[in-house]
Amino acid sequence: MTTWPILSVTTFLPLVGALIVYVSRGDDEAAQGNSRWIALWTTLITFAVSLLLVWRFDPTIADFQFVEKGAWLASGITYHMGVDGISLPFVILTTALMPFCIIASWKSVTVRVREYMMAFLILETLMVGTFSALDLVLFYLFFEGGLIPMFLIIGVWGGPRRVYASFKFFLYTLLGSVLMLLAIMALYWNGGTTDIPTLMHTAVPRSLQTWAWLAFFASFAVKMPMWPVHTWLPDAHVEAPTAGSVILAAILLKMGGYGFLRFSLPMFPLASHDFAPLIFTLSAIAIIYTSLVALMQEDMKKLIAYSSVAHMGFVTMGIFAGTIQGVAGGVFQMISHGIVSGALFLCVGIVYDRMHTREIAAYGGLVNRMPLYALTFMVFTMANVGLPGTSGFVGEFMTLLGTFKVSIPTAFAATFGVILSAGYALWLYRKVVFGALVKPSLSSIKDLTFRECLTLFPLIALTILFGVYPKPVLDMSAASVQQLVNNYNTAVSAVKAAALLQ
Amino acid sequence: MSFETAGYQLGPVLPELVLALGSMALLMLGAYRGQGTTRTVTTLAVLLLVLTGVLELMLPAGKLVTFGGSFIVDDFARFLKILALIGSAATLILSTEFLADPSRRIFEYAILVLLSTLGMMVLISAGDLISLYLGLELMSLALYVVASSNRDNAKSTEAGLKYFVLGALSSGMLLYGSSLVYGFTGTVSFAGIATAATHANVGLVFGLVFLLAGLCFKVSAVPFHMWTPDVYEGAPTPVTAFFASAPKVAALAVFTRVALTAFPGIIGQWQQIIVFVAIASMALGSFAAIGQTNIKRLMAYSSIGHMGFALVGLAAGTPEGAQGVLVYIAIYVAMTLGSFAIILAMKRDGKNVENISDFAGLSRTNPLLAFFFAMLLFSLAGVPPLAGFFAKWYVFVAAIKANLFTLSVIGVLTSVVGAYYYLTIVKTMYFDEPLTKLDPVRIELRTVLAVAGLFNILFFVYPAPLVSMASAAAKSLF
Repeated sequence: MTTWPILSVTTFLPLVGALIVYVSRGDDEAAQGNSRWIALWTTLITFAVSLLLVWRFDPTIADFQFVEKGAWLASGITYHMGVDGISLPFVILTTALMPFCIIASWKSVTVRVREYMMAFLILETLMVGTFSALDLVLFYLFFEGGLIPMFLIIGVWGGPRRVYASFKFFLYTLLGSVLMLLAIMALYWNGGTTDIPTLMHTAVPRSLQTWAWLAFFASFAVKMPMWPVHTWLPDAHVEAPTAGSVILAAILLKMGGYGFLRFSLPMFPLASHDFAPLIFTLSAIAIIYTSLVALMQEDMKKLIAYSSVAHMGFVTMGIFAGTIQGVAGGVFQMISHGIVSGALFLCVGIVYDRMHTREIAAYGGLVNRMPLYALTFMVFTMANVGLPGTSGFVGEFMTLLGTFKVSIPTAFAATFGVILSAGYALWLYRKVVFGALVKPSLSSIKDLTFRECLTLFPLIALTILFGVYPKPVLDMSAASVQQLVNNYNTAVSAVKAAALLQ
Repeated sequence: MSFETAGYQLGPVLPELVLALGSMALLMLGAYRGQGTTRTVTTLAVLLLVLTGVLELMLPAGKLVTFGGSFIVDDFARFLKILALIGSAATLILSTEFLADPSRRIFEYAILVLLSTLGMMVLISAGDLISLYLGLELMSLALYVVASSNRDNAKSTEAGLKYFVLGALSSGMLLYGSSLVYGFTGTVSFAGIATAATHANVGLVFGLVFLLAGLCFKVSAVPFHMWTPDVYEGAPTPVTAFFASAPKVAALAVFTRVALTAFPGIIGQWQQIIVFVAIASMALGSFAAIGQTNIKRLMAYSSIGHMGFALVGLAAGTPEGAQGVLVYIAIYVAMTLGSFAIILAMKRDGKNVENISDFAGLSRTNPLLAFFFAMLLFSLAGVPPLAGFFAKWYVFVAAIKANLFTLSVIGVLTSVVGAYYYLTIVKTMYFDEPLTKLDPVRIELRTVLAVAGLFNILFFVYPAPLVSMASAAAKSLF
């Protein structure tokens, strides 16, 4: 094995790309084209490097791999990077989706292209860093740093209410995160370090666990987002440019779930166990309530945004069930949702680019002129519903299975949500794609271009591949999930045993 | 018994002596050669500040005490003196354009800044209440005059007068407090007070409260902040930049030294005062800034808030807390100087513009300026990975260790409120439609901005030197 820091290269390569884009000055057509190509090549090379990670990753080891460690702030706060089976899928998801985002913005972004590409590349660095940081301060740095580019992406290239949406996004997320920051500090004094692997094996007193869990919960619940702190998401989604929505839905939301898996469960197992009923309740409400809300939407992006909240409900439910199936299902559901919701936003972006509206009522009968689009949109709609054979089914089924062992009412409510999701997704599909093409504005709409096919077809392949053969993702995370669940159960049962003895 | 053996060496005060004599010489130069020498005097003043800094760094290591304990040079003093010198020198560089105006060719400006800096250095090294007062008055008197240096402007004159009247009041309170402390402990030296003040009695606490009230005025902490917005807005912008940087360093330094070295025995008494002042400052700084339309007034409220955050570290009363204060003030000075360089660069048709709405669309008319300002604003809001985040990290991590949970939670929540108004400026620059183009930015502003801005953005890459220096400096107090 070579010694070059492959993980750091993956993380910081996009930053180098951003610098190159910056250096290539000029605002004319040629310069804009250059920045697009530089961004695309950077994301592609980053993806290629991240595939090396998969290649060399040993799925039988539960601990962190590709570990890099260097002095940074002070004793106990170091530059520590590494991935395990839980974080690697997210790293790959990020690097894999970025080229699609760049291609999707190829034509739709025409103003300040250089800045746009730089914002996306910087965001990629911060996202990959979030998933591969093994130090709490470093994690926080990447986690919060992502707010700046996303704020600018929504605010500069967004829709009519972009200012409101960007402020809401920034302040909501910041509010949740600052409390987590205090909890990080408390953990630092408790363990003398912010090193994540060390802290996972450091006993945290019960009272601190409760408070720290709540503080981390404040941050991740907003990011996830969970009901009732989800209200920033529909606004942000609606106003963000297409690629921004894709990143938001596919990756930024996953940081919340990843945070629960990386911090809440391993570091505060007792508090996680205590608060599991709270999570179950919120998840069940989220699944039912936001599905009902989605049924009432008139804006396509808003509908998908609410459906994202519902799908994240499955994830939180599965994670806090604390069973192998639940946790593995949560990871899988997040990856699957990353692909599917990202693709759905791309689909919306395609018709938006042509018609400049996202009103569901403005469409209808698209199948007559856009058969290819109708097919693509159908695959992702079915995956969103959780039809067997698509990746959406595997995740939902596993989380339901995992939860069923722990809390039957929650699983029951969530299953209801699956029916509702079929309701709104099929309703959206029928309104937009089927029916007679009567609207005169649609009479000359064109089907997918080559560039659009390029963004969507690989995602269709992945959706169906993971639907019929989910093994690659599940195998990658199996050992780490196993270890996580074992540690969690050991900690919880130790306390139960102690309570029985008294 | 000679002076030398009794602890009256002149060695430790050499930098101050050089600064004092140098400014006298420059004063003579200006007085005899007339106002035509403004530029020369200003340039020489910057060089003098650099020389003073070099001499300060060349002093022997360790803790040097002279004048019978009234003057202390330890790592804490070195760290903050260098910082104050940097602040003053940068301000003089930022003032070049202001002084180039034929109607304002006043060489006294640089001399006053030098004398004020001398006051700060004495203040930072103060080892007893007498040298504290001497330093404070030397610093403040010079500041009152520079505040009104734009003589033909009513607002500037008003700012100077207001600052003087309120400053005199606060000096009075400080003196009254000092006299009470002296009366109840029988000594003016900090070390002596620390030995005597082992438990709280009413008279001592009374004195302590007055002393702290006077110091709160100087760092513009709530409830002694009222002068700040008016003075910041009224004074010429380079002077505002000066007020916001170097004097804050010195005032915070003496605040920390008095609290930690003179009253460690009654920490319970002053801790609650600092906690209250910190919370009030952070809250007022965040909420009151929201409605501002003038960028200088906004920076005034912002600085009130930042002093609140810095005091969070002091409230902990631990070496970690002192380290937090030092890191905070160092990063704060960089952010402030960078921000004011941008405010000074905002010129349209030869006139400075000060309204937030004037920043509209800056990201299109001058992308680089807008980028640096946006990063400085995010940093002031404490968003990682910028330097401002690390400043907040070090003060709050100390507060958490000292179990000041309420203070910490309120503190971080107000920082979210504060983020709102910083974001509105970013919004104005990036989301709004541009106005007419700005005048080209002068080279000296660009230099200050580049140094401060890059420090701010790249601090996270290699934070260790500043952090470890601050740590060593903080330990020298205990």
